Amino acid sequence: MNIFKYFGEVFGAIRSLWAGMRVTGYYSIRPGKVVTQKYPENRKKLIIAERFKGEVIMTHDANNQHSCNGCGICEMNCPNGSIEIISNKITNAEGKSERVIDKHIYHLSMCTFCSLCIKTCPSNSITWGHDFEHAVFDRNKLTKVLNQPGSSIRKEIKEVKETKEA
Amino acid sequence: MEEIFQDIIIKKSDDYIINMGPQHPSTHGVLRFELCLLGETVKYIIPHCGYIHRGIEKMCEKNTYQQIIHLTDRFDYLSAHMNNEAVCLAVENALEVEVPERVKYIRTILAELNRIASHQLWWCAFGMDLGALTTFFYGLRDREPILDIFEESFGSRLLHSFNCPGGLMHDVHPNFQKKIKDFIKYFRKILPEYDQLLTGNIIFQQRSIGMGILSKEDAISYGVTGPSGRGSGFKCDVRKHHPYSAYSKVDFKEILYTEGDTFARYKARIDEMWESLNILEQLVDNMPAGDYTVKMKPIIKLPAGDYFQRVETARGELGCYIVSDGNKNPLRVKFRTPNFSNLFIINKLASGNKIADLVAISGSLDLVIPDIDR
Amino acid sequence: MDFNIYDFTSFTTWVHNALTSSMSPGWAMFVELAIVGVVFIAFYAVIGLYLVYAERKVCALIQNRKGPNRVGPFGLLQTIADLFKLLMKELIYIKNADKFLFNLAPFIVIIASFMAIAALPFAKGLHAIDLNIGIFYLFAVSSLGVIGILLAGWSSNSKYSLIGAIRSGAQVVSYELSVGLALLSIVIFSGSMQLSTIVESQANGWWIIKGHIPAIISFLIFLVASTAETNRGPFDLAEAESELTAGFHTEYSGIKFAFFFLAEYMNMFIVAAIAATVFLGGWMPFHIPGLDGMNHVMDYIPPFVWFMGKTAFIIFIMMWFKWTFPRLRIDQLLKLEWKYLLPLNLMNIVLIAFIVLMGWYIK
Ligand code: SF4
Ligand code: SF4
Repeated sequence: MNIFKYFGEVFGAIRSLWAGMRVTGYYSIRPGKVVTQKYPENRKKLIIAERFKGEVIMTHDANNQHSCNGCGICEMNCPNGSIEIISNKITNAEGKSERVIDKHIYHLSMCTFCSLCIKTCPSNSITWGHDFEHAVFDRNKLTKVLNQPGSSIRKEIKEVKETKEA
Repeated sequence: MEEIFQDIIIKKSDDYIINMGPQHPSTHGVLRFELCLLGETVKYIIPHCGYIHRGIEKMCEKNTYQQIIHLTDRFDYLSAHMNNEAVCLAVENALEVEVPERVKYIRTILAELNRIASHQLWWCAFGMDLGALTTFFYGLRDREPILDIFEESFGSRLLHSFNCPGGLMHDVHPNFQKKIKDFIKYFRKILPEYDQLLTGNIIFQQRSIGMGILSKEDAISYGVTGPSGRGSGFKCDVRKHHPYSAYSKVDFKEILYTEGDTFARYKARIDEMWESLNILEQLVDNMPAGDYTVKMKPIIKLPAGDYFQRVETARGELGCYIVSDGNKNPLRVKFRTPNFSNLFIINKLASGNKIADLVAISGSLDLVIPDIDR
Repeated sequence: MDFNIYDFTSFTTWVHNALTSSMSPGWAMFVELAIVGVVFIAFYAVIGLYLVYAERKVCALIQNRKGPNRVGPFGLLQTIADLFKLLMKELIYIKNADKFLFNLAPFIVIIASFMAIAALPFAKGLHAIDLNIGIFYLFAVSSLGVIGILLAGWSSNSKYSLIGAIRSGAQVVSYELSVGLALLSIVIFSGSMQLSTIVESQANGWWIIKGHIPAIISFLIFLVASTAETNRGPFDLAEAESELTAGFHTEYSGIKFAFFFLAEYMNMFIVAAIAATVFLGGWMPFHIPGLDGMNHVMDYIPPFVWFMGKTAFIIFIMMWFKWTFPRLRIDQLLKLEWKYLLPLNLMNIVLIAFIVLMGWYIK
């Protein structure tokens, strides 16, 4: 075996190892490059993208009113059956029978965050919420009723719909 | 006939068998290798899969075409976008819908971003398989900007069911282009570090050069595609040979290595990251304005017949085969996933080598287990 | 009594005299042994736990992370909390294990590392025993630990453990040679095997400086070989986690696992301390002949701090190795030893003998 080749190998090896150690050494003395965030403490400062898919929520306005008319399209479109709509038939002031939502039940545990329900909702009444801390001890807690208790449907919903269409 | 059966393994009762997996740090998921050892040397390997079988193909038969999309995310979760794209393209081709240029560009950009993110994660995990634990954190750190881009535009970081037949769910975020440009600049600076840390390292080279040589013939007959196949000189880049979306408009080269060893597969992936950056650079400035989707009927019915579309995921060729009888649900969907084919070459590559080589070889094939089992 | 942090000799003599004057020599000996034992156990626990902490901090910094930062200020109490957790964990009973050997193995490993610290000179006059064949003794006990590892792998009756143990055996047996030969080079320089004499011989400069090129070569070889001997990355084949899950201690749980874990860190401390003593002058301050002002400043730093500082430096280098390099394969590991380290080492020894003969080193 050629003795020069042997020593060449040894020095080549040391050089290649040193190249790697330079990279790690570079970072080891730069605490400024640390990327870890102190999570529970920095809750206030978290940057959450505005389109972040945390959970499906129903938007309510200041008068505790929403715009869901209980049509059930979201329920139909959900691939996992994570949404159940329970609607009531009531007779309104004009004497016509009308469908109103009783409970919009959303199973977070079965949701795969595909956005189909939100995309297909004709009245834009559900949207993505930004809450992401979903860990609970009891999985029943993951079943949520989206329309808040005592809420009612916004009256101007029909106009909203028409403007949307136009 | 003999040729077909030459791989069949004959077990003996006094073999020293070790079960690697289903819970093992280097199988990257619930895959089980049944190893027969002769000291440190591996005599044969029998891969057992199916631990994470979810019956996605069967589930597809009960769902509409829009609903299928989000299931495809879950094969190869690291190339979620490409999986979505395969179904969307198949449906669009069947309906003969021409999607707007903007959609094509965005899809291509996303596919390349996703490919880089996936290769980064592979790089981390591969380094880990070989015992270099720091690569893991560097790779994840550099993957973060991509995931942030995804999060900003589609709300989720990994499984973004962002495609739908006819285009995209919604338009990308206004910051999209700027962030990608920032990322390209950042990552071009960082990539040489990967080379210093691992590629040039003498220990790494000793462990990978000449190990697990996959010949071109074997790659073709086993259907090993993606960077693993291209490391053996198998020209199988779907983007190049059957361009879809905006790939026909960009100029890129197909990465080919002829050695077929672990190092060639490694280099193929590293070079693909560079190439993806080039593709991104060409596309991101020329994104045309326009609609992000074409109007589709709420219920899509494909005309009776069968449709096939293939795309290049980060791990190889994904084929989506849809048989329709004219209903709103497909009659049968079959996915040809790259990892399933890539996995079964492992016995050929690793038997006769050491255990440590088996880990390196299976790492270099870049297996994602849910993609194998579906 | 005069307590002096620059020279412990008078302090230890005072303790000895006080004891012998109040009891018979036999009892005095016994009490001294007990004191040394207690001090070493405490030292062992503190060093072991804080090395784990140091390792986690160093690797965190290398990897752009924060490392432990929850328990106590800067996470300083984290490893202590971990120890309590391990103490409270169940000791899992292995059905087909050889119970006696299985329980014995962690103790052998930990005792071997205990025996090694006995001979280390921590400061002037601060060592438990100053053998005249100190270096020889250190070789002998530091390779005892592998018996524990082999026993652990064999007795736990698990295939992964067995492979890990066999790897470890092959590794330690071969690297022992290089460690020995690398230390031998300094024995040639200083002409003594007694650790205190070796340290004294470096009063006018450390051997790595005085012995120039050959000493640097043997220092590098010692670093590599001792990293391998302590089963640390990139030579951690015995517990290669991506191949063998945890190697020889796969089946251990609770405090028995903690023993292996502590012993690993303690061994790292020991080899670093040996390197510091032999190559970097032990507790000797850094002196440059001629610069008296600086030498005086250096003398103000207590010897114990010098010793610990040098050890910490070498430990840092070993951690730096571990968190940078990929792991070797078993045959490459043996090739590295027999084809590269050993021949280089032998050549180096011949070179050193020649240099010493000609007097071509800084005296
Ligand atoms: S996001 Fe998808 S899975 Fe979740 S509730 Fe809506 S439709 Fe169902
Ligand atoms: S949320 Fe929308 S889609 Fe669902 S029931 Fe209400 S209005 Fe209909």
